[in-house]
Amino acid sequence: MTEIWHGLTKAIELIISLDPEVMEIAGRSLRISATSCLLASLICLPLGSLIHSHHFRGKRALINIIQTLFSVPTVVIGLFVFVLFSRAGPLGELGILFTPTTMVIGQMILITPLLLGLTISALSGVSKEIVDTATSLGASGFQTILLVLREARYAVLAAVIMGFGRAISEVGCALMVGGNIRGATRIITTAISLEASKGELELAIALGIILLFLALIINIVLNRLQQR
Amino acid sequence: MKKISMKTTVIAVAVIAVAIIVSVIVATSAPAVLRVATTTSLYDTELWDALEPIFEQRYDVALQITAKGTGMALELGKNGDVDVVTVHDPLQEAAFIAGGYAVEAEGYNGTARVPWAYNYFIVIGPETDSAGISGLTPEEAFQKIQQEGEADPETVKFVSRGDNSGTHGKEKAVWTAAGYNYTTDIQGTGATAGWYLEAGSSMGATLVMANEKIAYTLTDKGTFLAYQGDLDLVTLVDTGDIMLNVYTVIICKNGSNPEMAQNLVTFLRAPEIQALIAGFGVPQYGEPLFYPYDPEICQ
Repeated sequence: MTEIWHGLTKAIELIISLDPEVMEIAGRSLRISATSCLLASLICLPLGSLIHSHHFRGKRALINIIQTLFSVPTVVIGLFVFVLFSRAGPLGELGILFTPTTMVIGQMILITPLLLGLTISALSGVSKEIVDTATSLGASGFQTILLVLREARYAVLAAVIMGFGRAISEVGCALMVGGNIRGATRIITTAISLEASKGELELAIALGIILLFLALIINIVLNRLQQR
Repeated sequence: MKKISMKTTVIAVAVIAVAIIVSVIVATSAPAVLRVATTTSLYDTELWDALEPIFEQRYDVALQITAKGTGMALELGKNGDVDVVTVHDPLQEAAFIAGGYAVEAEGYNGTARVPWAYNYFIVIGPETDSAGISGLTPEEAFQKIQQEGEADPETVKFVSRGDNSGTHGKEKAVWTAAGYNYTTDIQGTGATAGWYLEAGSSMGATLVMANEKIAYTLTDKGTFLAYQGDLDLVTLVDTGDIMLNVYTVIICKNGSNPEMAQNLVTFLRAPEIQALIAGFGVPQYGEPLFYPYDPEICQ
């Protein structure tokens, strides 16, 4: 019990004193997850709209597969990316294993199904009449997609928040492909895992609280945007 | 919606209550348990896999083994989350005993820290040996790595465990013996220059990273032999008294099964188990991973 209490006070101490190492780790966490979330959104929003607006054979099956991939374990993604970029692997020549770049790639792969699936269900919530009206008024396919995305923006933003949340909270993939190198690829979750394994439970708890705090700020900001 | 009847509710509550009672009974009537936190090298080399069934059968107890770095293993011991620890960091062990968290083992001259096996740390690195450390003493080798690393951090790198493990403790000791201030010269300047990488991972993961980065690292010989097949790295420095690696067993004061913990101490020092340790890994690797306790060497 005392450990939790000390963790809490230590977290406050680290935040108030702007501890350079903690700030660096938190900044890196934020940067890597924001990048992967942004890139994944750039792929998933258009792709999700396309899948939503087209009718084709196997659409139901495709959506089922996408939704199944929501629960793919982070370590499996980590393993896949590791094997791909390892020196012995097909892309080993690039030499980017254990760098933030591979971590972004891993997180992107991780959250792509989630963003894609949630975008599709967000768009399904838009009433068909809007689409019909737009089409009858002479809107092009692209214009219709933009309109539907606009209509569903709250749900789409929620999807992006979910994707970001999964990216910043995962540890399995970051540990495997990032390697938790101090000053290079150490992020909050891998630092928590390390501090706990060092027996530094208070610092681990403090870092956990900082991660939650970060998530809270991001949610507040995004919710503000949503209400505009 | 249909209202849930009183009868259904009563039945549901009864079922849950029975389930809880049964699980409590099952949990408490299980055979005796001894919880052990061990340093990862003893686990990754599968030595514990060999010892566990023998101990369990001899003492009719279930061993629950968790593999952690020495720092975490001792932390678990402090809190009574485990009953006994097998570790390898003299400094952290001394602090643990000084803190009053250990119990003296019976029959070992009143010491709480009972050595039961040893081997040596080695410095490994790429075959090309870009820093040219082959054949040097450990201290000289570390100096060479530091100098060459500062000069060309792209080619000469050193991967550290960086996790308060026994191996990390030994690495710090070698840096200090080589004349450096570990915190400022190595962890600080070296990391900024980019040749010193703190992996913050287990020995196995650190070996894999050193292999990927074509880097030097310090490892216990046992784990290296067990992983050697997957690595391109070779042994470059394997002599020097400072490289001695002694494994000890310590009974935790806050543990819940002191008699069984004492049995484990007796077991690890028993002649037939010492013989097993001496021969462990020989058929597979051509040399032993660990040496049995030797009073001349293990202090």
